[in-house]
Amino acid sequence: MHPVILKNVCKTYLLDSIKVPALSEVSLEIRANCFTVISGPSGSGKTTLLNVMGCIDRPDQGEVIVAGQNVLALPDDALSDFRASHLGFIFQNFNLLQVLTAYENIEYPLRLGNMPAAQRRERVRSLLDAVGLSDKAQNLPGQLSGGQRQRVAIARALAPAPALVLADEPTANLDSHTGAAIIALMRQMQREHHVSFVFSSHDPQVQAAADDTVVIRDGCITSIERHTEVAEVLA
Amino acid sequence: MNTLSLALRNLLRNLLRNRRRSLATLLAMVIGLCAILLFGGYAGSTIYAMQTGYVQLHGHLQIQRKDYFLYGSGNPADYAIADYVPMLGQVRSDPVLAPLLTVATPKLQLGGIAGNFAAGVSTNVFSSGVVAPEQAQLREWDDYGNMSYAPPIALLNTPANSIVIGTGVARKLQLCQALGVRPCQPPGKPSAASGVSAPDDILALSAQETQAAPNAPQTHIEMLAATVHGAPNVVGLNVVKAENFGFKEFDDSYTIMHLTQAQRLVYGAGAPQVTAIQIQLQHTAQMSEAKARLEQMLETGKPDSPLEIVDYETLAPIYGQTIEFFQSVFGFIATLIGVIVLFTVGNTMSMAVVERTPEIGTLRAIGLRQGGIRRLFVCEGLVLGVAGAVLGSVLALLLATLINHSGLTWTPPGYVYAYPLKVRVWGAWAMVAGSAAGLVMVAGLSAWWPARRAARLLIVDALRHT
Repeated sequence: MHPVILKNVCKTYLLDSIKVPALSEVSLEIRANCFTVISGPSGSGKTTLLNVMGCIDRPDQGEVIVAGQNVLALPDDALSDFRASHLGFIFQNFNLLQVLTAYENIEYPLRLGNMPAAQRRERVRSLLDAVGLSDKAQNLPGQLSGGQRQRVAIARALAPAPALVLADEPTANLDSHTGAAIIALMRQMQREHHVSFVFSSHDPQVQAAADDTVVIRDGCITSIERHTEVAEVLA
Repeated sequence: MNTLSLALRNLLRNLLRNRRRSLATLLAMVIGLCAILLFGGYAGSTIYAMQTGYVQLHGHLQIQRKDYFLYGSGNPADYAIADYVPMLGQVRSDPVLAPLLTVATPKLQLGGIAGNFAAGVSTNVFSSGVVAPEQAQLREWDDYGNMSYAPPIALLNTPANSIVIGTGVARKLQLCQALGVRPCQPPGKPSAASGVSAPDDILALSAQETQAAPNAPQTHIEMLAATVHGAPNVVGLNVVKAENFGFKEFDDSYTIMHLTQAQRLVYGAGAPQVTAIQIQLQHTAQMSEAKARLEQMLETGKPDSPLEIVDYETLAPIYGQTIEFFQSVFGFIATLIGVIVLFTVGNTMSMAVVERTPEIGTLRAIGLRQGGIRRLFVCEGLVLGVAGAVLGSVLALLLATLINHSGLTWTPPGYVYAYPLKVRVWGAWAMVAGSAAGLVMVAGLSAWWPARRAARLLIVDALRHT
């Protein structure tokens, strides 16, 4: 099953009474268990496309099916619950909750999903181990480096075992060395957790690591490059 | 429990993000609540002190002739109770009333002219004839603790011809020096009489009383009053003390004498009567029960009944008016402070929403519902409110204790002497709880609007916010 199917999606923003098309008749299928990169110049519509896939923005028209669910039909609360259980987010600015420790940040989506405490503890510990931050569990985000914060964000995104993780420019605020480490970690997590990752990125390192690359320009998809075959992906 | 403690911890961490702003908001609430409670405590204390004073003076209830209160206070002839002795006995021995009573005592109210004819001065007075030991008992009533400012009655254990006068009366009768009333100017030279002199028969009666006491002390006065038959009557009295009766107008014209002497003055050799039976109860809360029983006993509900039961609030209308005044001022102050808290907390929460907009976007993106965002900010407002309520209450209690032990005094409007300044916050738990709950509610309400705004933010806009 495709984790995301977009059909004829259009989205226009109104900037000072001027209509600015962000997406025009976008149709796209994201392959399961793939590392998909959306690339394109600034203002091409990458973030809007990601927001629509992440159910945090509604298109003006078209159809959005995420994890088999027509999400545009869902009311706000149901959509929130849907995001909590099916989607993970990684942001350019990490967007960790500043008053929560690394442990609590990762635990937060599990609390939203009402996971029992013992199970929750086990899940958070294993994710902290996986991202190599077991010794920083009680640190607040302010006490972590950029790379460490992004690792916490990756763990938080994976915590509810989502079908799809969306990452908006995840390495933009990191130096190239840390960025490469984060991409490697995400790739590893994607394979271990059998999750589909969709990125928006200019970063050639990210693009090089991708299974699929979707190129977008002026709100239109100009090309979709499949670097790996389905058999390889499944392998 | 774990979840709750985590939620509380997170709320506190969020509030402590901008410590100075949270502290300023908290201080506004603490000072506001403290001001409300101290004023409420002061008002409560004043009201209890007034009630204590009126109950000591009038008793809780009085049995009077119907309409005496409105029309008969200057007419003890038509508005007196003749058979008061058996009635008193009936009240004191009634199985329902007896356990509620502290005192039931007769009183005769009359008006007259008090004269210090040796000095050539006189003044209009109104006087109460009372049973001194029972009046002394009335003045001991202090149901609210340390609210009694009444001095012991000076008429106690004095001869039958004794009288206690107000300090104002003493000054008017040029007796202030002899009675040690301060301040007191030495009597000036009497001005030549310019009006019509007193009738001859009155002068004769006065001379007769003066001659009857040839070695009268400096504090001797004559009291002139009309008898029930309309004839003038004079008795010679010895002033045993000039007492300050509080209100200036009262102090300038009030006197107290023994009941027998007052009865002799008004009724002469006729059957003695009284104008009221004062009934004092152990507690004010028993008033309705006692009143109902008295009405049943004396059948005052019947249209042809000659008697009625009047309570101290009717006898002293200023008591109810003072309560209303304090209530309106309390309401005004509470509203004012409520509005200040509303805007202060509202502003704090609005600032928090602006500062935490990207965080709101993140929370919404990872699945927190709009209701969850609303709860987050309203709970922060409520936590601020609870902290303000607790700290404000504690501060008010501490300040109240300090004030009550400070020895400060003040002179209420219309009074001629100072009362101890007291604020009754300890024990006024309903007021403390009500005000604190009100503050928490206002804090929660004021956080609601910014919380609603936060919840309705578009996720993408919130995430884009810098």
